[in-house]
Amino acid sequence: MGKGVKGMARETLLTLAILSALLGTVIVAQITGEGFVITLATKVAIFALAGVGLNLALGYGGLVSFGHAAFFGIGGYVTGILASHAGAGTAVTTLPFALMGSNEMLGIWPMAMLAAGAAALLIGALSLRTSGVYFIMVTLAFAQMLFYFAISWPRYGGEDGLSFYVRNSFPGLNTLVPVQYFAICMALLVLALILSAALVRSRFGLALQAARQNEQRAAAVGIRPYALRLVAFVISGMITGLAGSLYADLNRFVSPAMMSWHMSGEIMVFVILGGVGRLAGPVAGAAVFILLEHLLGGVSEYWKALLGLLLLAIVLFAPGGLIGLVLRRDRHV
Amino acid sequence: MVLFIEQALNGLQYGMMLFLMAAGLTLVFGVMGLINLAHGSLYMVGAFACAWVAAATGSFFLGLVASLVAAAVAGALVEVVVIRRLYHRDHLDQVLATFALILVFSEGTRWLFGSFPLYLTLPPVLSGAVMLPGGLQYPLFRLAIIGIGAVVALGLFFLINRTRLGIRIRAGEADREMIAALGVNIERLYTIVFALGAALAGLAGALVGTIQSVQVGMGEPVLILAFVVIIIGGIGSIKGALIGALLVGMTDVLGKALLPGLFARVMVGSDAATVGSALASMLIYILMALVLLVRPQGLYGQRG
Repeated sequence: MGKGVKGMARETLLTLAILSALLGTVIVAQITGEGFVITLATKVAIFALAGVGLNLALGYGGLVSFGHAAFFGIGGYVTGILASHAGAGTAVTTLPFALMGSNEMLGIWPMAMLAAGAAALLIGALSLRTSGVYFIMVTLAFAQMLFYFAISWPRYGGEDGLSFYVRNSFPGLNTLVPVQYFAICMALLVLALILSAALVRSRFGLALQAARQNEQRAAAVGIRPYALRLVAFVISGMITGLAGSLYADLNRFVSPAMMSWHMSGEIMVFVILGGVGRLAGPVAGAAVFILLEHLLGGVSEYWKALLGLLLLAIVLFAPGGLIGLVLRRDRHV
Repeated sequence: MVLFIEQALNGLQYGMMLFLMAAGLTLVFGVMGLINLAHGSLYMVGAFACAWVAAATGSFFLGLVASLVAAAVAGALVEVVVIRRLYHRDHLDQVLATFALILVFSEGTRWLFGSFPLYLTLPPVLSGAVMLPGGLQYPLFRLAIIGIGAVVALGLFFLINRTRLGIRIRAGEADREMIAALGVNIERLYTIVFALGAALAGLAGALVGTIQSVQVGMGEPVLILAFVVIIIGGIGSIKGALIGALLVGMTDVLGKALLPGLFARVMVGSDAATVGSALASMLIYILMALVLLVRPQGLYGQRG
């Protein structure tokens, strides 16, 4: 059991290599003036961030959440709602206290994470009463509940979604310049990676993984899986919520589609494609996904069928994901 | 009152349709321990088969037969080629592989039939309305769906409880190694169970496709509702699937019909109807949360 020190070092190296490749792509694109590539890379960073959030619950905690789009969407909607109120100069609510809109990212992010975290606390507290396949379906169902709520609540656009015209601002940067917005997203991704690497090696992370590998044994040494998993689930939801906020700003648009179960599936695909429980798994997964979408999308309008076949092949023949293929010898336990 | 009875019947019809979906899902999970997201795709296959055959032959009933056959064949094929490799994998792999199957099925169907919805027309025998006691005009076809659902439910209970195949299915749920050791061809049993579940989903797709329309992606919302049904009913239990389906069907239809008006009566302001309809769209999930609070294993599920 466990990856040796050497295996860990190799994985860290690979993580750095993947991040450098993403950064290098953007630098080359900036020099050659290909703004579209920078936007694609920004999308990769944002989706990777969402995946890093899910990976904490799924990879390290063994909690197969099929409802992370809920947190992604909540992060997005908080951003959209605050920005649209700031644009109109109205208050979001006056009860119990006056909450004004905002177009400052530094103010929006904590709100988005707080809202996503609160939702994760509620959904997690209920869902963690179940396990296994029930957990998968229950998280899916709760996400679907929020999806239908977003559709049937007309105040913020309902089915049509909500757009806001100016990207929110960040002190000292012009967020509308693609490469500057990419830098923000990339920095947050790196921060999240550092945070999850630290979490995984902390007492908390070790206990979480122990509870995944053998619940009875963990319980026998005094670890309470429920509380542990709930905390992991909430942190996971908050990170994915932050990614949702960035995604909303990227498109300057939020819609119920951000909460749809396809989105949950895609976030899951980023994690599994890259490698479950691998630090850089979601980054590799998101990058390959966006690349495939871009390349196959040019070949055929039915590219999703090809993507499906590819996914199928990976599940059946390379269960460790892409990172597992590269680091074949130190298999993740 | 007449409105209430009409909506209750709609709820019953919706519930029966959900039961057809949930029965296959819960059987496959109970016997093989497999979570199958592609069940909604088999529903779609049934609907398209029905629409295509009905258009080609002019016979709606041949279309219904085609929906059963096509979905069963597609199900058996998928089981042999893909699903069979997933039984000993964890749920995560199953979710991802069957998610991939959805992509393949949906895009494949779009490639074959295009993105435009197809419509089915009812034969004269099944169209029109019947007069129910109390002066209510109710569409005959919706009554027929309720009837078909009831017949399928009875048939399934008979199959599971009274026939040799049913004994094997129940034995497979209890201990698959043992019945394999006793000489039952477990691989064939699995294929049969999977095809049976697929056929029921295909039939549901054809019936609903007739009321609404036949289009790519039609199976997905229904699939998630079927999940809610089997969470409420308890995974693996046919009886749970029936009770859960009727509960969900009734709650959803009655909630959407009655809640907005109810809120308008007790609340003032233009938001009342909005709150009502938003709440109605969440009602079945709230029901699910309540059931989970009291019985995490579902109404008829076994802990384990």
